[in-house]
Amino acid sequence: MGNETNKEIVNIRSNLQKVLEAGNFSVSAEIGPPMSGDAQNVIDKARHLVGIVDAANVTDNQTAIVRMSSIAASYLSLQNGVDPVVQMTCRDRNRIAIQSDLLGAYALGLRNVLILSGDHQSFGNHKQSKNVFDIDSVQALHGLTKLMKENIFMSGSPLKAPIEFFLGTTANPFADPEELQIIRLEKKIRAGARFIQTQAIYNLDRFKSWMEHVRERGLHKEAYLLAGIVVNRSVRSIEATAGVPGMDVPLSLIERMRATKGKEEAEAEGVAIALDLIKELKEVEGVAGIHIMAIGWEAIVPTIVEKAGFLPRPKV
Amino acid sequence: MIIAAQKSMDEILRSVKPFEKIAVAGCGTCVTVCMAGGEKEALKVADLILLDARAFGRKVEVNVTSPVRQCDMEFLDDVEDELADVDCILSLGCGAGVQFMAEKFPDKVVVPGINTSFIGVNRDLGYWTEMCQGCGNCILEKTGGICPVSRCSKSHFNGPCGGSHTGKCEINDETECAWQLIYERLKRIGQLDRLYEINEARDWSTSRDGGPRRLVRGDVKV
Ligand code: SF4
Ligand code: SF4
Repeated sequence: MGNETNKEIVNIRSNLQKVLEAGNFSVSAEIGPPMSGDAQNVIDKARHLVGIVDAANVTDNQTAIVRMSSIAASYLSLQNGVDPVVQMTCRDRNRIAIQSDLLGAYALGLRNVLILSGDHQSFGNHKQSKNVFDIDSVQALHGLTKLMKENIFMSGSPLKAPIEFFLGTTANPFADPEELQIIRLEKKIRAGARFIQTQAIYNLDRFKSWMEHVRERGLHKEAYLLAGIVVNRSVRSIEATAGVPGMDVPLSLIERMRATKGKEEAEAEGVAIALDLIKELKEVEGVAGIHIMAIGWEAIVPTIVEKAGFLPRPKV
Repeated sequence: MIIAAQKSMDEILRSVKPFEKIAVAGCGTCVTVCMAGGEKEALKVADLILLDARAFGRKVEVNVTSPVRQCDMEFLDDVEDELADVDCILSLGCGAGVQFMAEKFPDKVVVPGINTSFIGVNRDLGYWTEMCQGCGNCILEKTGGICPVSRCSKSHFNGPCGGSHTGKCEINDETECAWQLIYERLKRIGQLDRLYEINEARDWSTSRDGGPRRLVRGDVKV
């Protein structure tokens, strides 16, 4: 690699961070890496999102099912014009691997990192595996922030050349008890999270009450809160979402889907529900962006972003 | 206390099958209390081995012994003569007992008859739960006396993961979320402020991660 290329890579900055820091309402989506080594799959998903979103999360063996590595798929996304958010779980890596993988991610020009605990492996297809959990997500955020700000590794030894990431994590507005969850969110922010993506929101009343607590503690001013939504394309899909622990889907929304006839109507209603949610969410004080999770229906994202009036995306 | 569960008779029979002179060794401590490998269980297992051999027309001799503790050489010395003639010892002690038995009888085959499961407590008749992983650096003072290392499915040190719901752990509804318990307890004893402290990455070298552990106490050495 020539000197020029290296300089170019060092100069890369997170698009998501620039969009948010310039005061824009951000729009992001997800790229689920394939259960194979098929690069084209990632490239196609990324190309659909060029100019449509500010960033895309590239999941890390979500629900503990083995897929292409988040860092490799993130690199493919970057090369194809979409700013990736590398997801990194504490389930599969100890502090040595987390730091090492992220140095590699930085070298490839990846700038957004989302730290997660990771779904327990008992959910996935390798239930027999051992988990790691050397550190938890607060400890990972804390350690990585020190690595960036003070140039020291979690061991205390020095980092030779500085790195910079836009660090984020997740929060679930519907997990209980609320007080404990808010304390934990505050801790994650103090540990260095600059943006927070929420669990999928369907129950607006509960989300709004959660946001009140978030605002009471001023947390919305310390990190960018990106509200998550899931787009469902069928009755089966919304029912399955409702069955996931920690999800709160009001019956009225499920009924809306049930009232439809045929695939086309159901899909149109799924989009309509998503648009209704977005419309309300973007008015909630303290919400800095929207994060669209169209699991298994990635191709619908451009339609939603357009219909929600989010185009064109800011050039920053 | 160490909690264990007896292996299936199938597995036990398979491991003792090649031998004619077998000793079943119970242990008088933890595994007696949790009813996995005490004298009572040893007698029953011995009977089943005999029955099986008879059914297949094989000749076996089975004797039963039950030292006070298999993890103490002193008590293994007591059974030395008794076991002198056997060629296989089926130990119903915990993993430590089985291994110490093998050290005591270096020329004999020693096989395990129970699965050593965890350090835990008895909550009800026939119901035990894990409480400690022997991490070597106890932090129960920070967590209201509830262990996040062993009782949180992800060993989190800074509060619950997003999967905690109605007090249950994301892995299944039979498992209580340790962080819900920690929260309730800290609230009750007026120490909720502890939850705001960031517990930094911990040093696991006192745990198994530092390699097999030893404890040397000068004050009790002779
Ligand atoms: S903190 Fe360590 S020593 Fe204390 S109960 Fe938990 S595992 Fe055992
Ligand atoms: S639900 Fe509770 S006990 Fe289970 S992994 Fe999450 S924090 Fe730990």
